[in-house]
Amino acid sequence: MNLRELDAGQVARPVGEVILALDNVSLAFGGVKALSDVSFDVREHEIRAIIGPNGAGKSSLLNVINGVYRPQQGRVTFRGEVRTAMEPHRAAALGIGRTFQSLALFKGMTVLDNILAGRNLLMKSNVFLQALRIGPALREEVAHRRRVEDIIDFLEIQHVRKSVVGRLPYGLQKRVDLGRALAAEPKVLLLDEPMAGMNIEEKQDMSRFILDVNDEFGTTIVLIEHDMGVVMDLSDRVVVLDYGKKIADGTPDEVRASQAVIDAYLGVKH
Amino acid sequence: MSASARNLTIAFFALLVAGSLSPMALAGARFPQWLEVVIGGLMSGVLYSLVAIGLVLIFKASGVFNFAQGAMVLFAALALVRLMVHMPFWAALVLVLLIMFALAWLVERLVLRPLVNQEGIVLFMATLGVANFLNGFGQMVWGADVYTLDVGMPKEPKILLEKVFDGGILVSMEDLIAALIAALLVAALALFFQKTATGRALRAVADDHQAAQSVGIPLNRIWVIVWSVAGLVALVAGIVWGSKLGVQFSLQQIALKALPVVILGGFTSIPGAIVGGLIIGLGEKLSEVYLGPSFGGGIENWFAYVLALVFLLFRPEGLFGEKIIDRV
Repeated sequence: MNLRELDAGQVARPVGEVILALDNVSLAFGGVKALSDVSFDVREHEIRAIIGPNGAGKSSLLNVINGVYRPQQGRVTFRGEVRTAMEPHRAAALGIGRTFQSLALFKGMTVLDNILAGRNLLMKSNVFLQALRIGPALREEVAHRRRVEDIIDFLEIQHVRKSVVGRLPYGLQKRVDLGRALAAEPKVLLLDEPMAGMNIEEKQDMSRFILDVNDEFGTTIVLIEHDMGVVMDLSDRVVVLDYGKKIADGTPDEVRASQAVIDAYLGVKH
Repeated sequence: MSASARNLTIAFFALLVAGSLSPMALAGARFPQWLEVVIGGLMSGVLYSLVAIGLVLIFKASGVFNFAQGAMVLFAALALVRLMVHMPFWAALVLVLLIMFALAWLVERLVLRPLVNQEGIVLFMATLGVANFLNGFGQMVWGADVYTLDVGMPKEPKILLEKVFDGGILVSMEDLIAALIAALLVAALALFFQKTATGRALRAVADDHQAAQSVGIPLNRIWVIVWSVAGLVALVAGIVWGSKLGVQFSLQQIALKALPVVILGGFTSIPGAIVGGLIIGLGEKLSEVYLGPSFGGGIENWFAYVLALVFLLFRPEGLFGEKIIDRV
């Protein structure tokens, strides 16, 4: 599959070379096999979905990609480099951003500070100059603030920018989570159930944001989602996991037609 | 903050003001003398805050209650006083600062990193070990005598406001300078936490470890920074306390007073540590002077702990702490 399928109404984005590849990755917690021998790749600028029933190993897979878990076997290649041991903050520095299934925001901080924290990696000036807001530190702060304000505008959360995040409604918190990940200007963005617990309207908004991020920033997106309608609409290619194994991989239409997928979701007739 | 919690806070502060003013109404205290006691109390409160801030810093960023903060105060003061024998004050100060930073790095490497993801109580016990180690090691290297630390603080109290009150009020210059130093330190910490990227990272780590890592904040480095800042605060407290009372083992008993201060102010709030210190300093001085005679004295020694006990019963999160919510 080199070319994305062109659905009606979708804009053609140039899907590039493979940016992230997993080869024969296996991960076990004691005797429990979370992932066995999973291989798949993600191409630049595409939207790649990971689906599967509960406990299929989807979140574990994301955690392997951003370095929370270290697989016992297999290789992860990101932008041409094979990774060895990886810490999550190193993964972030290399350009892998992520959001969380259960919200993991800085609850005591404002929306603005949360998203600014996402740009921490990009801030270079001296800590003393920053404290006093003088010289290059001031210019840098202003530049970062401008980018953050752009993201806030983009996600349509201007009205809550100075609010403490812990007090916002759930749907808005999910947007802040996305904003914080975007602020780091990641090459690949991992979204762990970005629409979990949302109503239809909120889901539509979030879908629009994800498509826009992909279009406007050219960010490659790997997402886990349970809502089949959303997955089939958004994604270019879909990986299906069941009990830690890959059972299908392809375009939404191919996956939908796969007997293994239908069996995994609906059960097998005996 | 819920309405009932807010009412409780308001009631507490009303009680505090009424209690502070009561000596003049009930015991017929003279205003200048009362003012002297209040100022003295507030200034000794600032010194409690200095130790308490160190505790809060570490608790905020790593969820660890650092039992070793008192030992760090003593250790820093001991190191400074012994190094000043061989070199001028400023050189010794810089050297001790470097020692405290090295200590922070060692604590992260040897204690925190191997115990990552352990229960809070495990880490607390580990800091108990750090405290014992520091006490033993400090005394082994620098001796266990009582040393005088002379950093040029004025020892003579001054009489102020002579024109306003008859006889004026007696204020300890040493305490006044200590209070100024503490205020400067707090201002510097506030700038660091609110305005810098590192400060933002520290606050981020305090809120959510996992998320902080996902935006590229390295936990280990943050812990070293936090313990370094706590070391710096310990050094300042050590200088101020040491110059006042002499550098001796009992110095870390005073650090125990920081515990009721953080219970009062809330474990996660730096303003809470400051206000808590002021309230305890004020309360114990006033009660000692005006209630002491009817209780046979010694109130100063237990006042803080009784107040902390009352807070634990009715307001365990403290005045400014985050509300503790347990989900079932």
